[in-house]
Amino acid sequence: MIPELGHLALILAWLLAAAQAGFAFAGAARNDGILMATGVSAARGQFVFCGIAFVSLGYAFYANDFSVLYVASHSNSTLPLYYRLAAIWGGHEGSMLLWTTTLALWTVAVTLFSQHLPEVFRARLLGTMGLISLGFLTFILFASNPFQRMIPAVLQGRDLNPLLQDPGMVLHPPVLYMGYVGFSVVFGFAIAALLGGELNPQWARWTRPWTTAAWVFLTAGITFGSQWAYYELGWGGWWFWDAVENASFMPWLVGTALIHALAVTEKRDAFKLWTVLLAILTFSLALLGTFLVRSGVLTSVHAFATDPQRGLFILVLLGGVVGGALTLFALRAPQMGLGGRFGMVSRESMLLAGNVVLLAATGTVMLGTLYPLFLEALELGKISVGPPYFDTVFVPVMLPAMLLMGLAIFAPWKHAVLTVLLGRLKWVMGVSVAMALLLPLMLGKWTPLIALGLLMALWIAASAFVSVYERLKKREGGIIKTVVGLPRAYQGMIVAHLGVAVFIMGVTLVKGYEVEQDMRMSPGDTAQVDGYGFRFDGIREAFGPNYMAIIGHFTVTWNGRPVTILAPEKRHYLASDTPMTEAAISSGFFRDLYIALGEPMDGQAWSVRLYVKPFVQWIWAGCLMMAAGGVLALLDPRYRRRNSAAMEGTA
Amino acid sequence: MKARHKRLAFIAVGLIALGVATALVLDAFRSNLVFFYTPTQVANGEAPQGGRFRIGGLVEPGSLKRAANSLEVRFVVTDTAKRVEVVYSGVLPDLFKEGGGTVVQGRLAADGSFHADQVLAKHDENYMPPEAAEALKQARRVQTTVEVE
Amino acid sequence: MKPVLKYLLPLAIFLVLVGFFAASLKHDPREVPSPLIDKPAPAFRLPVLNAPDKTFAPEDMRGRVWLLNVWASWCGACRDEHPVLMEMARSGIVMVGLDYKDDEAQASAFLSRSGNPYTIVVVDADGRVGMDYGVYGVPETYVIDRAGIIRYKQIGPITQKALREKILPLLQRL
Repeated sequence: MIPELGHLALILAWLLAAAQAGFAFAGAARNDGILMATGVSAARGQFVFCGIAFVSLGYAFYANDFSVLYVASHSNSTLPLYYRLAAIWGGHEGSMLLWTTTLALWTVAVTLFSQHLPEVFRARLLGTMGLISLGFLTFILFASNPFQRMIPAVLQGRDLNPLLQDPGMVLHPPVLYMGYVGFSVVFGFAIAALLGGELNPQWARWTRPWTTAAWVFLTAGITFGSQWAYYELGWGGWWFWDAVENASFMPWLVGTALIHALAVTEKRDAFKLWTVLLAILTFSLALLGTFLVRSGVLTSVHAFATDPQRGLFILVLLGGVVGGALTLFALRAPQMGLGGRFGMVSRESMLLAGNVVLLAATGTVMLGTLYPLFLEALELGKISVGPPYFDTVFVPVMLPAMLLMGLAIFAPWKHAVLTVLLGRLKWVMGVSVAMALLLPLMLGKWTPLIALGLLMALWIAASAFVSVYERLKKREGGIIKTVVGLPRAYQGMIVAHLGVAVFIMGVTLVKGYEVEQDMRMSPGDTAQVDGYGFRFDGIREAFGPNYMAIIGHFTVTWNGRPVTILAPEKRHYLASDTPMTEAAISSGFFRDLYIALGEPMDGQAWSVRLYVKPFVQWIWAGCLMMAAGGVLALLDPRYRRRNSAAMEGTA
Repeated sequence: MKARHKRLAFIAVGLIALGVATALVLDAFRSNLVFFYTPTQVANGEAPQGGRFRIGGLVEPGSLKRAANSLEVRFVVTDTAKRVEVVYSGVLPDLFKEGGGTVVQGRLAADGSFHADQVLAKHDENYMPPEAAEALKQARRVQTTVEVE
Repeated sequence: MKPVLKYLLPLAIFLVLVGFFAASLKHDPREVPSPLIDKPAPAFRLPVLNAPDKTFAPEDMRGRVWLLNVWASWCGACRDEHPVLMEMARSGIVMVGLDYKDDEAQASAFLSRSGNPYTIVVVDADGRVGMDYGVYGVPETYVIDRAGIIRYKQIGPITQKALREKILPLLQRL
């Protein structure tokens, strides 16, 4: 019964999405307050029914209802409850349901926090989101219904892919989707502004918190995904330039550019068209990500819906949404006006240059991701573009952006004098260059790349600190008090930039100093890796809830003193008959020790991977700092204060 | 006039930087393309001698041999028509097994064997993408296929 | 560039991209040329499901047009394909099922529950025969002619479309 209830709820949600779009746009066209209010109610109702559908699917997983095809394909009664619930988004149909439910959630958030927006603008925004929702609900109902029954039912499900049975997988997809889908709100703001002509600093102020919120989720989602890969894939990598990872990274890059462009549009009324184009582009890339993953056009590690039919549907959806938006842009852009002017050297020009660099970086990622696809479409052969391409290209392309990060926070709006700017920053430059040259020597290995990476990290961090110091000098009171008293948006920017510095530091030191060794070890053997002694004590067998495991026992020593004991596992998941490597990791502030069991060799020997990864945790710490910076910026009372001022203005 | 010259200089510098960057990107791109060959193509001598490329196919049952004292393994990759002997030193991925699909990346040695520096395995009990064809298609990661988002 | 054209540029780039995606969608990522097409079907002799004393070999079918369908009870896509197979069986198409790497009890249970479209089912417990046929995954189907030559290979489930447009016309000709 419950699955049918879920299916019915989906149909009702579909009708309400249609009503939301229809009433909102009709109301906006006639300036009819009642119609527009009906659109708002429909949006809220749609959320309720999407929620019911989602909970129904969750219940089917909870109750092990294997008469539902999707449940039977992705769950198993021996699976622990939290993984059964995470299995809701373990496959294509459920992921799509999560996508739509997330969209409905964002829509409701818009209805709740948009009282300050002009009624017609808000109606167009909700109408746009309703159309997107309608598209996705149509897709779910006609091409990927998660509630489809399977008669006769099976007694046992096929189990969730063991790689997904990891705490990281419980969190990663919903957070990532919150990010992806959150940009639909930004997209709605862009469309509403193009329709109504409200492309001005006030529009940018309305849009900024939503952009930042979506960006925070996307940042966190990508971070969780990267950590999951590190823990679960068993060979210590944290980023693979895999097509699906790139699909989430491209909207992140453009979204980052958008955040900075919006700042300029709000403060200076400049490059508005660029900003609105970025808003469209960010959501388009989020949709493209969905398209690439869901259609199986790029069959990567992640793609699980290899179904051209579905691909065609998503392509039509993508073409409609993005093509429509870009057509609207081409029609309306010439009437929008150019906005505030600025000097060749100014904060505006630096932010613009940073934007261009971020887009260029997006372009290089896109080239590597889509080129193999194009080549195949033209029947010119099958190729792959390896991670070395991204590694060699991405860093040099991003260099100017990193340099600008230090400069731009000191540059005044409108017009800056380069010599004055460099004069203020000479100490920052001197100290970071000197430390970048010396630090690698102290760490025992000097290469140009390590020095360069450290230089960038130190440069960004030092300039952020100097900026804070200069601001504090102008204020009175104790350090803590004044730091807390700085504007939240400024604090957020500083924390996020420091996060970038920490991230670069982590990447540089891991790439420069990690030691990876694949070894053959018998019980009693000791291997020396980067000063650590790894002693293989032997293996034992154990049972998990739905798997059997062989657990290795390793004692790690430093100068003869024990550091830690690590127990990497080789699991065999019973329902799906799949082997899985579960690495054992001892994480620390300065280094991670990483052991993964390979396979049994002759006798009692095993092949093992022994890695020492210095500062690897800094990578994710840096990413989380960026997200935290976004949260701080969201807390800025400015948005609320101006919002209420705007309300008084309209009243 | 002065401001205009400055502007032109900026634009010129920008264009040159863009040109150099594009050239570098495309060069790196070209040198990192890895082409794909089937064992039949390799047997026909279509694969580049000395260059890096990938081979996809099935691991022939019974062909896996391990060295006694190192991590070196040898196995045969076949597309059921032709066979290529592969030498690899390292830990094989979880889902690597005889009779299963695999993709190996590396170079041809003088003796006709293929020295792999990467082995990818993929396993599919269900008819999602076919192992080898899928592998031909993708082979982006040194691990297994995951049903993940 | 005319100022208005400038604003059309993003749309133009996007349309080119969509064109490429549409083109690549037409390529079924599952399509992989089989080296066995127009070659004799590899020989084997395998025990019959639920009758281990009996065996079957492709020679037994000499002079008849038949289909070899590779399936397994653990395979979800085979379940999707099953109604199509039943329909084909009803229209008199001769099908041999190759039960690939399966548990015999579960295979029989599946057939007695959902219906048996096969003229005969053989058991390839260790997947050796599947290897000879270059089976990449399950299900796969081979069309074999009177002379024992493989004429067509369907990778993945037989869809209504594949049945209508490829398999039925081919069977008419043979």
